[in-house]
Amino acid sequence: MTTTALHPQVTGLLKRPRGRTWIGWLLTGLAALCTGLTLMPLLAVLGFVLVRGMGRVHLALLTQLPPPPGSSGGGLGNALMGTVIVVSLGTVMAVPLGVLTAVYLSEFSHTPGQQAIARWVRLSINGLAGVPAILVGVFVYGLLVATGIFGYSAVAAGVAVAVLMLPIMVRTTEEALKRVPQELRWASVGLGASHYDTVVRVVLPAALPSVVTGVMLAMARAAGDTAALLFTALFSNFWPQGLFEPIATLSVLVYNFAAVPFQPQQELAWAAAFFLVILLLIASVVARLVMHRLPLR
Amino acid sequence: MSDAVPQPVFRLENVHLFYGHVPVVRDVSLTIGKNQITAFIGPSGCGKSTLLRCLNRLNDLIPSFHLEGRITYYDKNLYDPDIDPVEVRRRIGMVFQKPNPFPKSIYDNVAYGARVMKYKGNLDELVERSLRRVALWDEVKDRLKQSAYSLSGGQQQRLCIARTLAVEPEVVLMDEPCSALDPMATLKIEALMHELKSNYTIVIVTHNMQQAMRVADMTAFFNTEPTPNGGKVGYLVEWDRTQNIFHAPQKQATLDYVRGRFG
Repeated sequence: MTTTALHPQVTGLLKRPRGRTWIGWLLTGLAALCTGLTLMPLLAVLGFVLVRGMGRVHLALLTQLPPPPGSSGGGLGNALMGTVIVVSLGTVMAVPLGVLTAVYLSEFSHTPGQQAIARWVRLSINGLAGVPAILVGVFVYGLLVATGIFGYSAVAAGVAVAVLMLPIMVRTTEEALKRVPQELRWASVGLGASHYDTVVRVVLPAALPSVVTGVMLAMARAAGDTAALLFTALFSNFWPQGLFEPIATLSVLVYNFAAVPFQPQQELAWAAAFFLVILLLIASVVARLVMHRLPLR
Repeated sequence: MSDAVPQPVFRLENVHLFYGHVPVVRDVSLTIGKNQITAFIGPSGCGKSTLLRCLNRLNDLIPSFHLEGRITYYDKNLYDPDIDPVEVRRRIGMVFQKPNPFPKSIYDNVAYGARVMKYKGNLDELVERSLRRVALWDEVKDRLKQSAYSLSGGQQQRLCIARTLAVEPEVVLMDEPCSALDPMATLKIEALMHELKSNYTIVIVTHNMQQAMRVADMTAFFNTEPTPNGGKVGYLVEWDRTQNIFHAPQKQATLDYVRGRFG
């Protein structure tokens, strides 16, 4: 009552209790609900794997071989090691190839002729990204395994996994390079640096954090894939014998053991799933730590 | 007019600039004198920045760009096939509108050009000398290893100038070097330009007419005119001693512009 009258311009600024606010609440609630629904599968899978897998975790899991069918105990040390080996092989093959392809697409394809080539390369990369992993597996089987060049082996598995990683590497790296501000390239060239110097000394270092994220994504894809490994790595109940022998991997172990009627094997499959998740978690944490240690970004 | 110009460094003769088939600047002829500051002024879109980038062949980076006419540097056509554009850019340095330090340390920013050139001398001395020249040394000498991004905008721009000077160019091109800076930082950079004049030839593009009056010996005024197919093209209205451009221009368009009637 005693308040001074508001200037007419100000009355329009006051919060209105009904109408818009009500719809606002509704939409906020809806958005929150959808977010929850989206997160649910992720959390459910993670939670399920952690709960079921953790119960079986002890040190012997890392140091022992899988038990014969029906008997209990044992571990999955060979599969853990195999996954690390296969993913490393794939990374060694896919990262240089993928990064250099992206550098070509983003930094060295500027004349109309080269742009035409770049368009075809991009189209092929997108095509490759859409090829189901099982087809990649069959392809590498036909190329390297059935022909006897390598046979079932870690190397053949590494190649299959590299084919899966390649499109992810190219896409993420090209995106990362495109996001490097044009002004930095101009600054470098304006100082009398060659195109090569500019790319190597300025553009790639500036894009490095995003490239590393891309490597992590690609490695996660490789470590989690089963189909590409079925016909290439096969499986082995023993410790890795060498790069040219069949090799056990966590994902194939899950595939093999999840469906057998023996409790110990099923539990081992859960443990393997658990380790896959932990492995990816460790890798991404390490990558982040490394990035923060880098001098400047 | 030309008797006012000491030794010519650049001569532009009937220069036309195009993006694809679209003309952006038509028929520019002017001379840029040694150890002078030449300012390019004019409304937005008149192609003055594009023209500036022609002087060190930076427009080569834009695939659709091409140039007709001649730009000579000490009487040699810069666009002759036997000219190495990378060498051109070492002799003719550039400072950009927005400070654009590399995501590296202060030291590495200044040392960049020298490293690219495989500089044989003492890098520490070069970095110190370059930073002293832009009066930045005392502010950063204790944190040379820190990121260049930790500096303020004005400091970053002086760092970019130091980075350009470290290559020991003959000419420094400046594309609106103060437009992203506050008045204090702007004054510092203008004082710096006066100091650099004795050793360098400077060409500056600016929107700020007071700035052109304060720093430039010569001023070139550019304007735009509509083209028959609905676009617009930049052209040189006139160029003269700065005093004449601002106080006794020959053309009505210049008079209107410097009196603030358009632009």
